[in-house]
Amino acid sequence: MLETMALACERGGLPLFGGLSFALGPGGLLRVRGANGSGKTTLLRTLAGLTRPSAGSVRWRGEPIGDDYRNEMLFLGHASAVKDEMTVLENLRFSCRIFCLDSSGSEIKTALEKLGIARLADLPARYLSQGQRRRAALARLALSAAVPLWLLDEPFAALDAEGIVQLGALCSAHLAAGGMLVLTSHQDVPISSPAPQEIELR
Amino acid sequence: MTGFLAVLRREWQVALRRKGDVLNVLAFFVVVASLFPLGVGPEPGQLRAMAAGVVWIAALLAALLSLPRLFAADHVDGTLEQMLVAPQPLVIVVLAKIAAHWLTTGLPLAIAAPLIGLQYDLPAGALAILLASLLIGTPVLSLLGAAGAALTLGVRGGGALLGLLVLPLFVPVLVFGAGAVTASLIGVNPSAHLSLLGAFLAVSSIVGPWAACAALRVALD
Repeated sequence: MLETMALACERGGLPLFGGLSFALGPGGLLRVRGANGSGKTTLLRTLAGLTRPSAGSVRWRGEPIGDDYRNEMLFLGHASAVKDEMTVLENLRFSCRIFCLDSSGSEIKTALEKLGIARLADLPARYLSQGQRRRAALARLALSAAVPLWLLDEPFAALDAEGIVQLGALCSAHLAAGGMLVLTSHQDVPISSPAPQEIELR
Repeated sequence: MTGFLAVLRREWQVALRRKGDVLNVLAFFVVVASLFPLGVGPEPGQLRAMAAGVVWIAALLAALLSLPRLFAADHVDGTLEQMLVAPQPLVIVVLAKIAAHWLTTGLPLAIAAPLIGLQYDLPAGALAILLASLLIGTPVLSLLGAAGAALTLGVRGGGALLGLLVLPLFVPVLVFGAGAVTASLIGVNPSAHLSLLGAFLAVSSIVGPWAACAALRVALD
């Protein structure tokens, strides 16, 4: 479903990696490892279509990625895209509208509960801690079961032990339902997958 | 359309919760426009002659003051990145942000302008034309300004660069906007000026968002 062919990326004229080819099918988990600056984030941004590869291509369902791809892909980067001025609930509602997700009241409430931030729903996001902010951004995952491909850049960063378990459960459920997941992480992740793959960038 | 309304609504909510930003721009406009009579003296004929130019230049500078913020916060907190990967076309998001910028900057400036005009002893007819010219002209500032704001996104000292970039583009707006008021003062029909201003609005409503989208894609590459 998601394939790369001889993918090469550079940053500021400096080559990061090249000749990267992999294929990810339903239920597949791809974990990207590598030292700081090895190009993990660049790889994910390239898979999301934000950065152009210097060579090679990214393909989705056999076609080069285009406008339709954005309906079937979810990308969460380092920045949490949570607006300080708005409450946790308003932030999540806005995401639902922009990403065309089911945003009925009970669905949203369940999503906040799955990430353990239901009691913070009406708090303006500027009062959130780093970990809580991360959870507020990740709450979108609980509403995105129908989005087949998840691209998560360091999703476990800033989360406490309980948050890691909650996120792991969300990811495992997504994979069990035939979803695909690409993630970068420095720590061991509690995700069970029928078809785990690993890439080491250097 | 849902995307447009969602972004517009969110921008409006954020603006309401950060009233200071909106009021700053408005206060800047009023203060700058009010300084001129103090500087040049209270001779009514002279004030009437310079009124339109002063109000329009103050409006340009006030709009310029607000432009760096247009995309900066969304860039820093990652919202812009999410907009680029969202199913909604980016241009819809940019248009909504431009519309929100006009509602919170251009519209208040236009509404305040006739009050400033009174300080300059403008007759009622000229005040109406001043309001009309600002209502047609200030959206151009938001549209072209968005392109400039996107181009200077993340650049150090971007604010100064933004001025150098967009103020020359604002020249036709200044010429025809102030020209319309001056024309009505000397008894000439100002509709030609307003029509040209409208034509400029039509052109910039295509060019501005398109250029802003292209610049945002480059800025986030």
